Amino acid sequence: MSPRAAARLASIGFTRVFDYVAGKADWGAAGLPLEGKSGSATRVGAHARRDVPTCRLDEPLAEIRERVRRADWDTCFVIDEEGVVLGRLGRSALQSDDELSVEQAMTRGPSTIRPSARLNDVVARMRRQNLSNLPVTTSDGQLVGLLAREDAERATG
Amino acid sequence: MPTPIDREEVQRLLAEENGQLVEVLPPGEYEHEHLPGAINIPLKTLDAEAARRLDRERPVIVYCHDYQ
Repeated sequence: MSPRAAARLASIGFTRVFDYVAGKADWGAAGLPLEGKSGSATRVGAHARRDVPTCRLDEPLAEIRERVRRADWDTCFVIDEEGVVLGRLGRSALQSDDELSVEQAMTRGPSTIRPSARLNDVVARMRRQNLSNLPVTTSDGQLVGLLAREDAERATG
Repeated sequence: MPTPIDREEVQRLLAEENGQLVEVLPPGEYEHEHLPGAINIPLKTLDAEAARRLDRERPVIVYCHDYQ
């Protein structure tokens, strides 16, 4: 639809017309805000905890453990230089032997949800699968934050 | 000729060139949710009169839901 609108504007005489072809689905999936009746408040992105700790593959496990503890968290996401999620260090992985590398200790490819997902749908899934939290990533795989079930349930009443 | 752009270019045009966002979906979908600051000119109503709401000197960025 937007290519036709862009062509229409050009035919009317507008000379600087751009077509954001991926549209608002892409905008929302990137965790960017939307306005309107539904807006962002009913979406996962607005409720994700964005201060969840992150680490890199080449960091010593002992240092990560201490950093996560000081931040009062019990999990940490392993990301690359672009912020793309590579894995997750959960509570037990963080207590692994210091000789292990992050690569060896982490859970690879954790299941993720998009910031644009509807909160009601995600709460239903968390209850069904008995999940206490879910990582939120953009469609490009970049970490947005962690959606805690308690936050999601509170927001949906 | 209109130029297809991605999200990063949308953000740049908004921040640096005072771009104008236009959602061309029907009003109900616009009211449901839209990009911040976007105005609604549904494709079915898009003519020279409706386009008078737009500044011809600034970039115009049109969008809908996705690759429709």
